[in-house]
Amino acid sequence: MGFLDISNVTKSYGSVEVLHRVDIAVEEGEFLVLVGPSGCGKSTLLNMIAGLEGITSGEIAIQGRAMNGVHPSRRNIAMVFQSYALYPNMTVGQNITFGLEMHGTPKPEREAAMKRVAAMLQIDQLLDRKPGQLSGGQRQRVAMGRALVRNPDVFLFDEPLSNLDAKLRVDMRTEIKKLHQSLRTTIVYVTHDQIEAMTLSTRIAVMNKGYVQQLGTPKEIYDTPANIFVATFMGSPAMNILPTRVVLRDGVPHAQVSDAAGNVQYLRFSQQNLAAWDGREILLGIRPEAITDPEGADRKSANIQMLTNLVGVTEPAGSDTFVTMTLAGCDVIGRMRADAAVLPGASFEYAINMEKAVAFDPATEERIAP
Amino acid sequence: MSSAIQSNVVHSGRVARVVIHVVLLIAALFYLLPLFVMLINSVKPLSQILDGNMMSLPHVWTLKPWSEAWSTAQIGVEPTGLRPYFLNSIEMVVPAVAISTMMGALNGYVLTKWRFRGDTFLFGMMLFSCFIPFQIVLIPMARVLGILGIAGTVPGLILVHTVYGLGFTTLYFRNYYAAFPTELVRAAQIDGAGFFRIFWRILLPLSGPIIVVAVIWQFTNIWNDFLFGSSFAGQGSQPMTVALNNLVQSSTGSKPYNIHFAGAIIAALPTLIVYIVSGRYFVRGLMAGSVKG
Ligand SMILES: Nc1ncnc2c1ncn2[C@@H]1O[C@H](COP(=O)(O)OP(=O)(O)O)[C@@H](O)[C@H]1O
Ligand SMILES: [Mg+2]
Repeated sequence: MGFLDISNVTKSYGSVEVLHRVDIAVEEGEFLVLVGPSGCGKSTLLNMIAGLEGITSGEIAIQGRAMNGVHPSRRNIAMVFQSYALYPNMTVGQNITFGLEMHGTPKPEREAAMKRVAAMLQIDQLLDRKPGQLSGGQRQRVAMGRALVRNPDVFLFDEPLSNLDAKLRVDMRTEIKKLHQSLRTTIVYVTHDQIEAMTLSTRIAVMNKGYVQQLGTPKEIYDTPANIFVATFMGSPAMNILPTRVVLRDGVPHAQVSDAAGNVQYLRFSQQNLAAWDGREILLGIRPEAITDPEGADRKSANIQMLTNLVGVTEPAGSDTFVTMTLAGCDVIGRMRADAAVLPGASFEYAINMEKAVAFDPATEERIAP
Repeated sequence: MSSAIQSNVVHSGRVARVVIHVVLLIAALFYLLPLFVMLINSVKPLSQILDGNMMSLPHVWTLKPWSEAWSTAQIGVEPTGLRPYFLNSIEMVVPAVAISTMMGALNGYVLTKWRFRGDTFLFGMMLFSCFIPFQIVLIPMARVLGILGIAGTVPGLILVHTVYGLGFTTLYFRNYYAAFPTELVRAAQIDGAGFFRIFWRILLPLSGPIIVVAVIWQFTNIWNDFLFGSSFAGQGSQPMTVALNNLVQSSTGSKPYNIHFAGAIIAALPTLIVYIVSGRYFVRGLMAGSVKG
């Protein structure tokens, strides 16, 4: 049993079920990120943890205490909203202490708590201003201050960074991470941004269409995605997915692919149990960083397969150069070192790290476990 | 506000602008003429009016018609002037406006932020009440007032006007609060504020513009109402509009037009003042929708 237990929880609006049997156990001090495309039910689940939405069936418990039907203010949670939801008619100071006031905390204590939080978030000089007079980043800080001041058991964040511009978003991301590292409070954080999910979380729940697709550490999610959806949703550029046939050569499974010129080439699998798929189609998943120039290949890998193919488009991105080629009829993206000599239209030798390749069952789109 | 208007202006030619201004000026004069006639005739001795000179300025300026209209003119059978009726109207309007505005605000709050089964239907029914003509409710309302034992009293009139205004005020506040960020209410819930606390501390302080709209609307309608006043008021509770009618009807012999004009202006004065004081907010409130969080 975890610190925050979501057991068999479903949510329906009328006859439409938008969350299906969600099971997540969050340990104390964890940073759980719920990530998924818009409309997949992340906010709904978060609001159910907060008590802002009813639970259709199942149970949500915090520290072993069932929360079904408990009022939001009695769950000892704090929430940061996407719009920040600062009270426009109150000053920053009043915004931060409103919750304490509602809980009957005496004024001197409220003031002290406000000072402590304001110092922590460096918003001391803003306390007398109204939210309308603040920049986006400052509002974000105040919203976090309002959550922090309560000393909650669980912090809930609903896309807190999506209204900020790109640079500020990265800065605030770092700050939220720092905050978590110093406070060690349990956090459930909703985002549709897979980079935020990867960088912030200790564990990720990838959601789609009301189902939790996979629950795991960022590394598990990234390296061993449970299905095609998770594989392509997490990571940028997305994982290459190509239809290939498995063939046995000297008893070892290989992926049979045709290159841009239509010639058949073979890539040896590291995953031995694919031998069972001999002669059948699978979907082969390779991340762009597993397709490199020979010098850029991972030296620790025991299975680098070389493949000569025409270069399609090159996109220098400063630190790396992304190269597109046609393989098995698909556009496949690889990530080269910035100074690799790749010329569009020319032939080039690619190094493919097949240790990192994943195979999916084309019928179920589930990963074929090794 | 003004900059927003300016940026919408399309620059027209000089000739067009002169034409527009002349037309507007003529229209303004046309509408101001009756007011002008009322004003100058209310400060004239009656003899000058009876000489047949409505449009000329007074030879002798006098405020006597005003003081007579206010305190001594014959209203029906009593020579009380309009004063007691003016006070009746105030006694009726202030609570009726306050109660219907507050209840409208609460209704709007519930209908948008505490939705329940059938809320849209309920709102539809309340909207429907805006379209029921006054005359239809006269007899049922008289029954209700009779049963409640407040027929012919100021509280009776307050009840009538509150009930009748509720559809409108609910409409105003519902539409205003529909654009009000629900996340604010949720944040307040997590902070531990209850139903009324959220209303008082978060929504109401941000409802200034729409309160002004509701107050102006209710004030002018209730103050200017004649039908309910003449149907449901008793001797001691007749409002200004009924008294004005009695003033004009009750004079025998030659009609003291100057007093009638003065009385009519006195009757119109409160609504005029309300408009002048808060008209700006009225326009702003009608256009304002959301509170940016
Ligand atoms: N009050 C509601 N009534 C009906 N459907 C809703 C309601 N709120 C959300 N939904 C539906 O539930 C699904 C999940 O919504 P949400 O949790 O907001 O998604 P996300 O936060 O992942 O973008 C969506 O398909 C949405 O249309
Ligand atoms: Mg959402």
